Amino acid sequence: MANIDGAPAVTDYLQTGWRARDWFLSTDHKRVAILYLLSITFFFFIGGLAATLIRVELLTPPSNLVSKDVFNRLFTMHGVIMVWFFLIPSIPTTIGNFVIPLMIGARDLAFPKLNLFSWYLFSAGGLFTLGAIILGGVDTGWTFYTPYSSFYAHSAVVLVILGIVVAGFGSILTGLNFIVTVHTMRAPGMGWFQLPLFIWSHYATSLILVLATPILAITLLLVGIERVWQYGIFEPSLGGDPLLFQHLFWFYSHPAVYIMVLPAMGVVSEIVPCFARKHIFGYHFIAFASLAIATYGFLVWGHHMFVSGQSPYASLIFSALSFLVAVPSAIKVFNWTATLHKGYIHLRTPMLYALGFIGLFVIGGLTGLFLASTALDVHVHDTYFVVSHFHYIMVGGAVMGYLGAIHFWWPKMSGRRYPEGWGIFAAILLFVGFNLTFFPQFLLGYGGMVRRIAEYAPGFQVLNVMSTAGASILGVGYVLPLAYLLWTLRRPPDAGPNPWFATGLEWQTSSPPPKHNFLAAPQVGEPYDYAEMPRDIPWS
Amino acid sequence: MNLPLAQFWSTGMPQRASEGAERVDALLLGLLGISAFFVLLILILIVRFVITYRAGSSADRANPVRKTWGWELTWIAIPSLLMVGMFVWAGMLYLHMQEPPADARTIYVVGKQWMWKVQHPEGPEEINELHVPAGEPVKLVLSSQDVIHSFFIPVFRIKQDVLPGRFTTLWFTATTPGVYPFYCAEYCGTEHSMMHGQLVVMTPGEYAAWLDAAVRDAEPVPGTPGSPAAPLALGQQGAFYRLGCVACHTRQSAVLAPRLDGIFGRPVRLANGQTVIADEDYIRESIMYPNAKISAGYPAPSLMPTYAGQVSPADLHDLVEFIKALRDGWPSEDPYTWRILTAPRP
Amino acid sequence: METPVEMQFDDPAQQREASALGMWTFLASEVLFFGGVFTGYSIYRWKYPHAFAEASHHLYEWIGAVNTAILLTSSLFIALAVQALHTERPRRAWRLIIATLICGLAFLSLKAVEYWMDYQEGLVPGVRFDASKFTDPAPATLFFTFYFSMTGLHAAHVISGLLVLTVIGITLRRATDPGKYANSLENGALFWHLVDIIWIFLFPLLYLIGGPK
Repeated sequence: MANIDGAPAVTDYLQTGWRARDWFLSTDHKRVAILYLLSITFFFFIGGLAATLIRVELLTPPSNLVSKDVFNRLFTMHGVIMVWFFLIPSIPTTIGNFVIPLMIGARDLAFPKLNLFSWYLFSAGGLFTLGAIILGGVDTGWTFYTPYSSFYAHSAVVLVILGIVVAGFGSILTGLNFIVTVHTMRAPGMGWFQLPLFIWSHYATSLILVLATPILAITLLLVGIERVWQYGIFEPSLGGDPLLFQHLFWFYSHPAVYIMVLPAMGVVSEIVPCFARKHIFGYHFIAFASLAIATYGFLVWGHHMFVSGQSPYASLIFSALSFLVAVPSAIKVFNWTATLHKGYIHLRTPMLYALGFIGLFVIGGLTGLFLASTALDVHVHDTYFVVSHFHYIMVGGAVMGYLGAIHFWWPKMSGRRYPEGWGIFAAILLFVGFNLTFFPQFLLGYGGMVRRIAEYAPGFQVLNVMSTAGASILGVGYVLPLAYLLWTLRRPPDAGPNPWFATGLEWQTSSPPPKHNFLAAPQVGEPYDYAEMPRDIPWS
Repeated sequence: MNLPLAQFWSTGMPQRASEGAERVDALLLGLLGISAFFVLLILILIVRFVITYRAGSSADRANPVRKTWGWELTWIAIPSLLMVGMFVWAGMLYLHMQEPPADARTIYVVGKQWMWKVQHPEGPEEINELHVPAGEPVKLVLSSQDVIHSFFIPVFRIKQDVLPGRFTTLWFTATTPGVYPFYCAEYCGTEHSMMHGQLVVMTPGEYAAWLDAAVRDAEPVPGTPGSPAAPLALGQQGAFYRLGCVACHTRQSAVLAPRLDGIFGRPVRLANGQTVIADEDYIRESIMYPNAKISAGYPAPSLMPTYAGQVSPADLHDLVEFIKALRDGWPSEDPYTWRILTAPRP
Repeated sequence: METPVEMQFDDPAQQREASALGMWTFLASEVLFFGGVFTGYSIYRWKYPHAFAEASHHLYEWIGAVNTAILLTSSLFIALAVQALHTERPRRAWRLIIATLICGLAFLSLKAVEYWMDYQEGLVPGVRFDASKFTDPAPATLFFTFYFSMTGLHAAHVISGLLVLTVIGITLRRATDPGKYANSLENGALFWHLVDIIWIFLFPLLYLIGGPK
């Protein structure tokens, strides 16, 4: 393949060495991104396997497929793996690692060795967690509420805690790397307001990673200490307070959900202007909204605790703040929609995922308001209503954003184009399967089905069956991209530097990029300057 | 038993049986209305734009909107105002839910892995069942003996986490007699799924009759002040289980805690090798400061919670008297009051 | 002074800026890490003021005070070392780093002695704890749980800091142009200062809350 100026082909990053050490000791951010891609895909399917078993078990009211104890371990491991070993790393470590230096015209991140070290930390944490699974898993719920997790659970709690803490440390270092990179390594002429919004959202995400994750680390370490030495840090009979655990845990875990969704929002901000061939509406508002979400996200943790026994006045304050944090998200949704107005819209696979994100995020986000309403939350807390709410955002939102990103940047990362027909089919299948899986769960929750139960009252069965049927469609939908994306690797890398005619510096170099990203210095301009780009995008 | 969800198909809303539930459902409908409006708005806009401005269409794309401030302020201001409204509406209802009327009938509920124990002040107890009268406010005082549970009554649209070492409260006024489910809503271990029960709402007349019968049927513990004809009031044995002592100091087993029958007035060997006589001071101290004198063979620090600040002087007196009464052993009969409560922990 | 510029940086100034910002960001995360356990401690202290004060009286204040002085002095030494390297006096810098390391080791030794004495006194929950010393043993146990957790975590950071400074020091010592490593030393010193500052909060919170005995 030729590079931009037609000069003879240069070795791209995929070709520079295939010995084990060329991959496992490479500090090239693009290779580290691929290492992460492989790891998180692996964990996604493990977490997905747990989900499959859960949904099949829930086809019938009694717990006949697996015992109740095994079921408890399944939903715990599903949560732990999906949150810490899939969602939190997903977009930042695969797409972010790959694309952020390219987007700002840099040769790599600020600390390439630290980046590789982060992957090793993630993998070590993953190994601990896999070890815990082999030892039978953990049955505390991903939220580890005390005193159950510290004094009553008979499972590999400490091992999982270690896995999460070690992996968490890796994520702190990733956030640190991104912050320093964005501050110090932008190409000449690229001020903050020339940055793509993907960078803004990853910057905001990184702030949360660096500031919130340490709280999780210390909290889980204290639970571990409590468990190993039987101290009473959170156990009332020994003077402790279980609510203190909840406050400390949710002080991290609420911002954590913004770690999971902000990157996907950044992806949508890249895809929508590209496939509407138009400048994004409200650039500054979207940029500041990302920072606002990250900031306010730290102030609302108590909305997980309205019925916990905390003071009702504290609950009211958290409720008010929780309503407030919805405003910047609403700003983004309206801006993306407005971008479509008078655009020139191509419904390609990435765009389908981006639009799917917007629709499902709106539903998920609005149900968040139901939960922020104190009196209503009393009824739906700890029911399937909450389960559905967060899956709308995490799966309908974040995973769709992730898949959209994978498809959008696949040509850049691999040099190959994916088969558009299959891409569109899988996207639609996922959208249908997702809604069939999770919409019934809102009804189940309001009707009184609590979460984390292996056996349920017979009246809930019909909706559970619908949900499982949807899940089977979802499962197919997830396997399809894995299959056809791998299949694309059989052809030569002929995508060309900019198959989408997108703006953004990453499209000014070859696909895949050479090892140090740019042969010639990229030209910095205003972001999303689609007026200067062709309107039509060639079909694959 | 009517399941709340069964009513979905006919009435569109799950079944409800209290005044509070109606108000919560109204709030839900209000929120649904607002949400449906915004979902439809975004959906319709997106679909319209995607169709009108699809690649290749001849729509007018001249002069796309550049000045965004007006729009931004609009879609910040309107949602914000709606949010304030939702917050106030929900918050006021929530505060109402936190304040039980002063004359509410009080019933005690204790959650433990994996069952609910209900204690009526007149004496009767129930396991995984709660009988209440309709038409009058009822207040539940809840605690846990082990981990965090949550008492959830879907038809009343209320729930409250139940914590070890603390009391929390819940109140309602039931309107419709019937039998409804209640559940544990906070994951608490292996049998969490099975920790549910039946709420039986009765007319006031039926409830009074049930209560009388229940009080009559309960057998008193011989050797204690309650006589067969008198109501099984919260007498001296009441404090013993109301405060959770019986969970560990069971009649059969010394695995969790030292046996209390036959210890009064006799020597007790301590973990540090000393021997003391179990007199009234020793009993009182052990209740208030369990770590002060740990019995031989039991772990230090003690698993027994301290009751300092949680046991009234009257209760303390009752407990001491009760343990004195056990000096010759537990009563030979196994009365109703003790049957479930003294079962070995799973 | 020439600094080896890594591939991803355009010039030494960018590298310096990046490594400084990186270290400050890392320090921020450490503050949050300790902040969590400080918060837990503060809440329990507010809840059990008398029990915590009583428990605190059993600690060895004089060891804590001496350790505070040692750490403060060590921070001075490392700051002087950074200045020495900036003013092209690498041998002086090396000596000052050694002095810092000695202080750090002294701190750890005193801590070990203190832990030993705590153990003898029966103040280690779960291992050797004499509940009879306390009016209310449960919150006293809580106090000591936090005491050992917080000082233990801090000690782990002291050890890490010593390792980092040792590596930097040895690199400096062996380098033909030690001035190259001014950046690294500065970052190492920053971490050491953080370790010191955490102790400055720990000491009064744990040792001095009961007032004079």
